[in-house]
Amino acid sequence: MHFISPVLWQFLIKWLTYFAIFPPEASSIAPYADALYFFLIAISVVGLGAVALLVVTFSIRYRQEANPTPTPIEGSTLLEATWTIIPLILFMICFVWGALLYFRIYSPPTNAMNIYVVGKQWMWKVEHPGGQHEINALHIPINKPIQITLISQDVFHSFSIPAFRVKREAIPGRYNTEWFEATKVGTYHLFCTQYCGTLHSQMIGEVVAMTPEDYEAWAAASTSGNSLAQNGERLFASLGCNSCHNSGPNAHGPNLANVYGSHLQLKNGSFVTVDDAFLRDTILNPTMHEVAGYAPIMPTYQGQVSEEGLIDLVEYMRQLNSQYRIDQTIDNSAAQSIQTGATPPGTSAPALAPGAVKP
Amino acid sequence: MSTILTLPDQATARLPKVSYLNKEYGLKSWLLTGDHKRIAMLYFISITFFFFIGGAMAGLIRLELLTPPSDLLAADTYNKVFTAHGIIMVFLFLVPSVPATIGNFLIPIMVGAKDLAFPKINLLSWYLYVAAGTMMISVLAFGGVDTGWTFTTPLSTHYLNTHVISAGIAVFIAGFSSIFTGLNFIVTIHRMRAPGMTWFRLPLFVWSHYAASILMVLGTPVLAITLVLVILERTIGIGVFDPTKGGDPLLFQHLFWFYSHPAVYIMILPGMGVISEVISTFSRKRVFGYTAVAFSSVAIAVFGFFVWAHHMFIMGISNYSALVFSLLTMLVAVPSAIKIFNWSATLYKGSITFETPMLYAFGFIGLFTIGGLTGVFLGSMGMDIHLTETYFIVAHFHFVMVGGMLMAYLSGVHFWWPKITGRMYPEGVSKLAAVITFVGFVLTFFPQFILGYLGMPRRYAAYPPEFQVLNVFSSAGASVLGVGYLLPLLYLTWSLKYGKIAGANPWQATGLEWQIQSPPLTENFVDTPIVTHEAYDYEWLESKKGSEVPTVG
Repeated sequence: MHFISPVLWQFLIKWLTYFAIFPPEASSIAPYADALYFFLIAISVVGLGAVALLVVTFSIRYRQEANPTPTPIEGSTLLEATWTIIPLILFMICFVWGALLYFRIYSPPTNAMNIYVVGKQWMWKVEHPGGQHEINALHIPINKPIQITLISQDVFHSFSIPAFRVKREAIPGRYNTEWFEATKVGTYHLFCTQYCGTLHSQMIGEVVAMTPEDYEAWAAASTSGNSLAQNGERLFASLGCNSCHNSGPNAHGPNLANVYGSHLQLKNGSFVTVDDAFLRDTILNPTMHEVAGYAPIMPTYQGQVSEEGLIDLVEYMRQLNSQYRIDQTIDNSAAQSIQTGATPPGTSAPALAPGAVKP
Repeated sequence: MSTILTLPDQATARLPKVSYLNKEYGLKSWLLTGDHKRIAMLYFISITFFFFIGGAMAGLIRLELLTPPSDLLAADTYNKVFTAHGIIMVFLFLVPSVPATIGNFLIPIMVGAKDLAFPKINLLSWYLYVAAGTMMISVLAFGGVDTGWTFTTPLSTHYLNTHVISAGIAVFIAGFSSIFTGLNFIVTIHRMRAPGMTWFRLPLFVWSHYAASILMVLGTPVLAITLVLVILERTIGIGVFDPTKGGDPLLFQHLFWFYSHPAVYIMILPGMGVISEVISTFSRKRVFGYTAVAFSSVAIAVFGFFVWAHHMFIMGISNYSALVFSLLTMLVAVPSAIKIFNWSATLYKGSITFETPMLYAFGFIGLFTIGGLTGVFLGSMGMDIHLTETYFIVAHFHFVMVGGMLMAYLSGVHFWWPKITGRMYPEGVSKLAAVITFVGFVLTFFPQFILGYLGMPRRYAAYPPEFQVLNVFSSAGASVLGVGYLLPLLYLTWSLKYGKIAGANPWQATGLEWQIQSPPLTENFVDTPIVTHEAYDYEWLESKKGSEVPTVG
């Protein structure tokens, strides 16, 4: 396998891809997946070979002409134990190997660059944090771990890049993640592999893996001018989020600076880590997780914010280190209401949400 | 090549004067019958009809995929065609295939009973099947449905304007047909065995049907509930699966696969029963390790209920639950491996002949082994990420369902054809059909494994041009396969009138069904049989033959 002899491995992969019976191996994970694939093929060939050998040999040796009288045999516990235990051991190896690979594929490194992808009928919308928006294309630098945060705005889709050996389902209402590190410059297929309606087969795009320099150039040339976080900030203000989530003395909601990644205590006493999914849930369905110390007065934003808008908001909160900007952009009505003292008494907004414990 | 075939002298042989086929005449005597054999015939005709409808759909799919763009069928038509292929083949052919036809015919005879425990429920089961089938045909006639056979929400509930509800109801009704069959088998096997027919004297065919029946009775209601929820969600928007109403679309996946994975075993277990009978008969030996094979059926049924989430490894279930489901998936592979090796070992020191059922059984062993081993690829979590939802999956389950189950079904049909009709099928052309089926099958589905690893997604009406070569292989194979399936239809129909008279026991087999006349009497046995020998006891058969006067014909 590739960790035994990289040179021989390259020969093998080149040869297989030459005959177009093997996909390009273009991510850091691909050789690991292929190694397991070859192992599985090997045990399949051995297993099938063993069965074929038994059936063919017996069919020839014990055909009626050669062996007119059968010998009654009940069975053999020893033999049966053998062909129970040997497959069991082989299958357990496949299990452990597959599990290791699975955890490797689905555990992103902490330094991964995050890119958001929204699936809809029938296109992939890619949102780079720097404000580059793409449809049915994904530009990435090689040799850098990329994490895809994936969601669907309608039905199930599946984000599959065969050359990278990764795939993850895009599910409505739920962030899924996958990660990969491209190793070869090139253009690769991007497929939707989950049946998603009429034009399922046209929900395909391409992944363009570029050298880091080319990627920098592409990113600079393709930016829309506003980063996702900047879009999120505008949205935050226009939805009026800052009328409660500010650091004023009478703020109704928690201060959101540094809330991303913190551990919050909920009303029921349990703790949650604030991540993308938590933020999304609390915007759309505020009563789903009731944070200790706050009245459940936040209205739902279900139907008012698109999936891209939610991503902007999440990205904004992810980078929010201080409340200064929020307080700066606080809208006039909120400012007036604070001046006239119209807010209910008894609410306070400490610098950090009371349930929030910095890790 | 020698044969064990012992037919009566064709010059003097006559079909029995009275049998279940000619006891009564008229359409009414068939449509209102309680006789399990006649109901099996009704099922036989109806599933053959649906098999060829589903097969025509498969032909259309393969024709469309001959070229990369969607030129023969538009994308929405293609989606409707593969949906119809899936629903018809799974719910109207594979699930009832062996149990409702061969099983219905043979289970009572094999246990030494006059009929199933509930003959009227058995008839009701057929009527439900016909209702479901009619409904499905009308869905096709009125414009089709394009959910895929998996009815995935929210696509099926919110985003399609085709006949999802009618198709859902059709599958719901077909489910009850299957529950009734399973219920009948369980009660019959428990309560109606002949004196001396202990559990471990039952043929393995009965054991595997018993295991499949448990799955039918316990699993199918979950499918019914799921479909009802889909229909309610679509009509009145109850929101169980809708995330904007606090529902969870993954819940649908859990519920659906909780039935639909065991459903795979509902389909394959009866086929395994056929293979046990055929291999034993044509090697003139007891099945090697009878108990292991019997219990492996039960083990498959039990473990089969706890592996459903391996269909969801990439859907964002917790990594640790994926771990558990992967482990259990590996465990459920072991009993299948045991069976394969036990069948192979049955041949050892046998006296083997190669009649058509045996050829199909060999085909089954080869193709099911490949199907099973590629299942290990998919059960291995990290590998599944790359392979799932591609043509690898398509190839894998066609190896199991078509290469496995359909081979077993055809093996069983040929094997029991003389018992069912009293006449032999033509041996030469049927051997040819078995070989054609095998070659066509491998040519159709083996390239799809390679396509799958290349990453070609399933359910694509159009695909990138670099996948064309392998798709052309596959479509070419499908046309060969089509010939392989049309041949039996033709020569089996021919044999109804022109086949040689078979006599009671043309294969010299040991099962109770071979000790009665062919075709059997309506009440199966003249006297209640008393069983004194183990299953597959060929020495008992020899001594019996020695002591009785041959009264064949």
